[in-house]
Amino acid sequence: MRHILSLLLENEAGALSRVAGLFSARAYNIESLTVAPTEDPTLSRMTIVTSGSDDVIEQITKQLNKLIEVVKVFDLNEGRHIERELMLVKIRSEGKDREEIKRTADIFRGRVIDVTDRIYTIELTGTRDKLDAFLEAIDSAQILETVRTGASGIGRGEWILRV
Amino acid sequence: MQLSGAEITLRCLAEEGVEYLFGYPGGAVLYIYDEIFKQDKVKHILVRHEQAAIHAADGYARSCGRPGVAIVTSGPGVTNAVTGIATAYLDSIPMVIISGQVPTRAIGLDAFQEVDTVGITRPCVKHNFLVKDVNELATTIKKAFYVATSGRPGPVLVDIPKDVSQHLAEYSYPSSVTMRSYNPVIKGHAGQIKKAVQMLLEAKRPMIYAGGGVILGDSSHLLTQIVRELGYPCTNTLMGLGAYPATDKLFVGMLGMHGTYEANLAMQNCDVLLAIGARFDDRVIGNPEHFFQSGRRIIHVDIDPSSISKRVKVDVPIVGNIADVAEEMLKQLHASDAKPDAQALAAWWKQIEEWRSRDCLRFDRSNTEIIKPQAVVEKLYEVTNGDAYITSDVGQHQMWAAQYYKFDKPRRWINSGGLGTMGFGLPSAMGVQFAFPNDMVACVTGEASIQMCIQELSTCKQYHLPIKIVNLNNRYLGMVRQWQELQHGNRYSESYMEALPDFVKLAESYGHVGMKIEKPSDVEGALREAFALKDRTVFLDFQTDQTENVFPMVPGGKGLSEMILGSEDL
Ligand SMILES: Cc1cc2nc3c(=O)[nH]c(=O)nc-3n(C[C@H](O)[C@H](O)[C@H](O)COP(=O)(O)OP(=O)(O)OC[C@H]3O[C@@H](n4cnc5c(N)ncnc54)[C@H](O)[C@@H]3O)c2cc1C
Ligand SMILES: Cc1ncc(C[n+]2csc(CCOP(=O)(O)OP(=O)(O)O)c2C)c(N)n1
Ligand SMILES: [Mg+2]
Repeated sequence: MRHILSLLLENEAGALSRVAGLFSARAYNIESLTVAPTEDPTLSRMTIVTSGSDDVIEQITKQLNKLIEVVKVFDLNEGRHIERELMLVKIRSEGKDREEIKRTADIFRGRVIDVTDRIYTIELTGTRDKLDAFLEAIDSAQILETVRTGASGIGRGEWILRV
Repeated sequence: MQLSGAEITLRCLAEEGVEYLFGYPGGAVLYIYDEIFKQDKVKHILVRHEQAAIHAADGYARSCGRPGVAIVTSGPGVTNAVTGIATAYLDSIPMVIISGQVPTRAIGLDAFQEVDTVGITRPCVKHNFLVKDVNELATTIKKAFYVATSGRPGPVLVDIPKDVSQHLAEYSYPSSVTMRSYNPVIKGHAGQIKKAVQMLLEAKRPMIYAGGGVILGDSSHLLTQIVRELGYPCTNTLMGLGAYPATDKLFVGMLGMHGTYEANLAMQNCDVLLAIGARFDDRVIGNPEHFFQSGRRIIHVDIDPSSISKRVKVDVPIVGNIADVAEEMLKQLHASDAKPDAQALAAWWKQIEEWRSRDCLRFDRSNTEIIKPQAVVEKLYEVTNGDAYITSDVGQHQMWAAQYYKFDKPRRWINSGGLGTMGFGLPSAMGVQFAFPNDMVACVTGEASIQMCIQELSTCKQYHLPIKIVNLNNRYLGMVRQWQELQHGNRYSESYMEALPDFVKLAESYGHVGMKIEKPSDVEGALREAFALKDRTVFLDFQTDQTENVFPMVPGGKGLSEMILGSEDL
């Protein structure tokens, strides 16, 4: 099953490579990984999207916790949570297509953030499914470039992850 | 007062009570070596190869329980050390390794003798540090010792760029460190322990399976007490030998690939299993699907949560330090009204004794023509009264040492179990001899393994280490040949050791005593003579039966009850 793991780790050089190295050394799946410092500059927050059987996810969580620089590990699947991913996509938009593409972006609550007479660059946030659905709604021949951040996740309501 | 990074390093080691620093110098550590020269608290031991420095520090740690400490230079010094570091990592040995690095301004420029030490060692250390600022050096070294020795122990490396060892900083050694991201669990969950004790007392066919964790956690006495109070059978893993006295009747021998018939069958057929400081290794349980028994309930005590339910699902996980958990178990055992089911236990022991009566470790003891390797180990046991420190290399000789030397005490059996590193035996014996200068230390080895760190004979000479090298010379990579016999149609691909040196002359050229033993009747005399030479390194080259194999054996991929007991089973 797909799991979203949320980590707090020391904001130190090398911490990222320890996490990444763990996934490759133990042959765990990794769909995406995002990381950035938090409001506390000594800590980074990382979101990892992975998949595996319950046993494998249990091992992944334990192995992550074992890394000295990892302060906390949460499996967001254990509670209600929100997941968002940001995508920037460059779409060829000429002639009569321009209106159609703009309309599709509106339906997905995308924003045009850059324009030339041939190209729209659109920014879109949402779940992975929503971003996938948007790409499917556009003729693939028109898509010139996509950049996706991978998911970030946060617990709902009072479920707060901090040290 | 302002001190240089090099001086700070030595001060820190002295503060930690480090007696011996095993190492080899080079450009990146010259400032540190200069400080080694100027002080006399920490004694430096000059080995002949960095791998040996790490193995020696490792043998020191395994035998006396204090962390081993080693120092190597950047680049090739570090890469030579990696095998040793990985060896210690797989067996959870507390160790601190100091490595030199090129100056900070040169890092990343493919400088002379630069390697990404932190990157290369990352997968085989418990943790590592690159010290970029001399002001952080003392705290980092403190953290290194703390991490290496607490929780599940392991090697920790501190990489020190040359300029950091030269720069000055105000020195004070922190008396303690706390790390918010590192808090090993010590006390086990009382509720879980209660459940475990109940389960143990309800058992009809109990089994206690104890591993290296009992030795690492200095809890042999507690394990022994638990086993004896319950009267349950106990087995030890290869890493756990000595955790429970091998001559005790409740001990059923080592289990696993080359474990005894009785230990493996009891493991397979028990209804309640207490696993304590053991990690269900593939060499121990064989095929996990075959090992699974729906009726068997498993209690697992380990300080590392990731050791639990990794290969085998358990029913009662207990995360905690063995000493604490075992004490709590004993307390609850004493408080409980329930007693073990005497009738069921008697029937279970009857079954075990039946298995034991197969005498699975029997061998041809009456042979007068050719030396049986097992007989050499048995004689070694007799001649040393079972009281020596025994290190070993890797191969058949290692298994025979484990099977035939009966370890009654912890920390007497020193071998590379997890990584299986040939070359470990002699340098680790040096570390043991430094820790226990007045005790008997023997290295049981093979003609192939010993050649992987043979250069250390020179170190033995320099420091007058009276190690006895017991070479079970079968002129084969015996363990490889055995697998080729069993699984590759007797095609002995590259497993014959040609062009062997004359080990007697070799030993003599290093200034040691060499003996070649060819007849069974000479085995005991040679051993006695060797151990009588109390201040000499002695190389005993036993010409052993070339065809002998290690039994019992659970072939790769098979289950514990599918053992081959001897060549007659093939
Ligand atoms: C040629 C060869 C053949 C082999 N054949 C066999 C064989 O037949 N049988 C066999 O048993 N092995 C065999 N091995 C060794 C095997 O590969 C493993 O190294 C060994 O079985 C592991 O032992 P262990 O389970 O005791 O774990 P160890 O590696 O000793 O691990 C110790 C465990 O205890 C835990 N621990 C550490 N300290 C504490 C503490 N204070 N409190 C609580 N828990 C703690 C650790 O977290 C870890 O999980 C062989 C090796 C070689 C090279
Ligand atoms: C460094 C290293 N290389 C290769 C191996 C694989 N290996 C395991 S046992 C063995 C043969 C060891 O031969 P020897 O030391 O003569 O011992 P014997 O089995 O004959 O007793 C080999 C090559 C290993 N364990 N370590
Ligand atoms: Mg051999």
